[in-house]
Amino acid sequence: MEKKLYTITVFSENTVGLLNQITIIFTRRAINIETLSVSPSAIKGIHKFTITVLATRETVIKVVKQIDKRIDILKAYFNTDEELVHQEIALYKLATDKLLALGSIENLIRQYSIRILEMNETFVVFLKSGHYAETQQLFEELSNSIGVLQFIRSGRIAITKSKVERLTDMLENLKKFEDQPI
Amino acid sequence: MTGSQILIESLLKEGVDTLFGYPGGAIMPAFDALYDYRDKIHHVLARHEQGAAHSAQGYARVSGKTGVCLVTSGPAATNTVTGISDAMLDSTPLVVITGQVGAALLGTDAFQEIDVVGITQPITKWAYQIRRAEDIAWAVARAFYIAKSGRPGPVVLDLTKNSQIQEAEFDYKPCTFIRSYIPVPEVNNEQVALAAELINNAKKPYALIGQGVVLAGAEKELKEMLDKADIPAAWTLLGASAMPTDYRLNKGFLGMHGNMSPNMKTNECDVLIAIGMRFDDRVTGDLNTYAKQAKVIHLDIDIAEINKNVKADAPVLGSAKDTIPAISALLKPAKHTEWIDSFKEYDDREYEKVIKKELYPETQSMTMGEVINKVSEATNHKAVIVTDVGQNQMMAARYSKYSQTRSLVTSGGLGTMGFGIPAAIGAKIGAKDRTVCLFCGDGGFQMTIQELGTIMQERIGVKMIILNNDFLGMVRQWQEMFFDERYSFTEIDNPDFITIAKAYKIEGREVSKREDLDDAIADMVKDDKPYLLVVNVEKKGMVYPMMPAGTSVTNIVLGD
Repeated sequence: MEKKLYTITVFSENTVGLLNQITIIFTRRAINIETLSVSPSAIKGIHKFTITVLATRETVIKVVKQIDKRIDILKAYFNTDEELVHQEIALYKLATDKLLALGSIENLIRQYSIRILEMNETFVVFLKSGHYAETQQLFEELSNSIGVLQFIRSGRIAITKSKVERLTDMLENLKKFEDQPI
Repeated sequence: MTGSQILIESLLKEGVDTLFGYPGGAIMPAFDALYDYRDKIHHVLARHEQGAAHSAQGYARVSGKTGVCLVTSGPAATNTVTGISDAMLDSTPLVVITGQVGAALLGTDAFQEIDVVGITQPITKWAYQIRRAEDIAWAVARAFYIAKSGRPGPVVLDLTKNSQIQEAEFDYKPCTFIRSYIPVPEVNNEQVALAAELINNAKKPYALIGQGVVLAGAEKELKEMLDKADIPAAWTLLGASAMPTDYRLNKGFLGMHGNMSPNMKTNECDVLIAIGMRFDDRVTGDLNTYAKQAKVIHLDIDIAEINKNVKADAPVLGSAKDTIPAISALLKPAKHTEWIDSFKEYDDREYEKVIKKELYPETQSMTMGEVINKVSEATNHKAVIVTDVGQNQMMAARYSKYSQTRSLVTSGGLGTMGFGIPAAIGAKIGAKDRTVCLFCGDGGFQMTIQELGTIMQERIGVKMIILNNDFLGMVRQWQEMFFDERYSFTEIDNPDFITIAKAYKIEGREVSKREDLDDAIADMVKDDKPYLLVVNVEKKGMVYPMMPAGTSVTNIVLGD
């Protein structure tokens, strides 16, 4: 069966050791996590994990069920790229003298919608957000022309396109139990 | 109150009256508190923490209660890992409380410090470190709720030494709800109706019974459903004794060394009803040829089991206690006489080729099957049968007869050699008024042989039978069948087991001749004292039938 990039979203309690509980489920099936992003969600006390993996749909369904089953996980689901608005951020550290030697960088900045975060005599830091392919394209272009001193790309963050947020049901349920201890 | 007192008081609130444990540095304050509760809690001192864990499992399996272990940090905690894994794979409710170094020392490689939570996360339903006395009551309540509810399993509580010593108020509230955890899914009426319709239209319905029925206490409901729609049924290793052996619709044991007809009929039925079982590879063999002709109904409490191995046409989520009667209510009374009778042909073949030779051998040497059969008869088929792992296990499952539920305690999922002796200890403590018989190989017996000390100290009346062939029998069987009879390190020099038992003040007898067997068994079951019976059986016995690993359920080797 064909492997594809899937985005798995996990909502959890904010307890120690949760990341390990999630990653061991991938480890068992020898699935490599492509990207991972963890942050507090819009709901107080609940954390959100956004994980991308290359896998078959069949496998992803099973893995998501096994994640969802863990006691401190509130909800886990998965989406394909078509169902999501997603984004990554990349930072590029470049040598100032080499960058200036390129001549005008206006075109580059317009073409890639680059923001400049820092600039001094020795280095410049570019910020570019976009899909993987877009940040990668800029990386390759800069690598080939002037070289990149340092490069970092964030994990994916994503929002579903469907009108009804899948979390809504869950939140409604949680409201009912608001007074109860976790 | 100190944290240690809070711990014990919380255990009492959870109805705990038996602990299996072993004291040591980081758990000493808790053991010190336990000393004042000797009249309320019976602490069984194991000889190794693995033994304590398996004993707690045996206790849980026969009683339906949660087994509890109390051990120290570091090596004690890692010694329980096998038992915890075993409980995870076999869905056994277990709470393991491990000591831990003081919170101030965590992460410093302190003496006997190990990351217990990190180690046990993959093999528990929940693993939690308690660092403050005020969290103990909460964590204990939560641990017992998680271990027992839904699909049961093991929980680890890692208790730092400072939390045991600190003072806090005892404020215990039972846990009945965790917002991120749905132990028992609600029964969906559409799924129930779909399942009932499939069964009502079936010509050859066939049910596979797993431990889920036992865990839900749905044995009666199961029988009502099978009776009503006249559905033949077979059982998995852990589903053994969910139906009595002599029940008309009980067609036998599934899987690699199961009976012939239950495996063959899997690929002949038109509707397959899997109840509280998880389509383990030892049951299904090659999934690509498994029950392809049948519509599959899968009743399970754990959504992660649905479609994991076998696609379900009608998944029915929920406790078997709820789902079975819900489906039953929609079933039309039916008769499937011809279909049920068709099992007989395979049963007869298996009897001729395998069972007759095993139970009534014409050879001089004794077989495992005949010993098990005689023990089963001598105990009126009422004993709790505990097994180790290997040939002894498959033979015990095959040739014991069951008259009541929770009568086979065995390590199914993990296949832990050394499970036998400690599990039998726990089983006897959990079912004091029942006879407990352990069938063990000479190999597995020596893996946890130190627990004879526990039997001695507690005077636990387990009846231990070593089916001795001076081989690691199951591995030897595979070597004979699949490795060209190259017996690589499976021949084993054994000690004089009777002398060892004697050193532990356990009565025993060794039998090498068939004519002495009946007398020895009678001697063994005459009272409620611990007893070791060593039976020297044929050295190269085989467990048949066998469905070689990874082949189809219809590819059954009956032997010669």
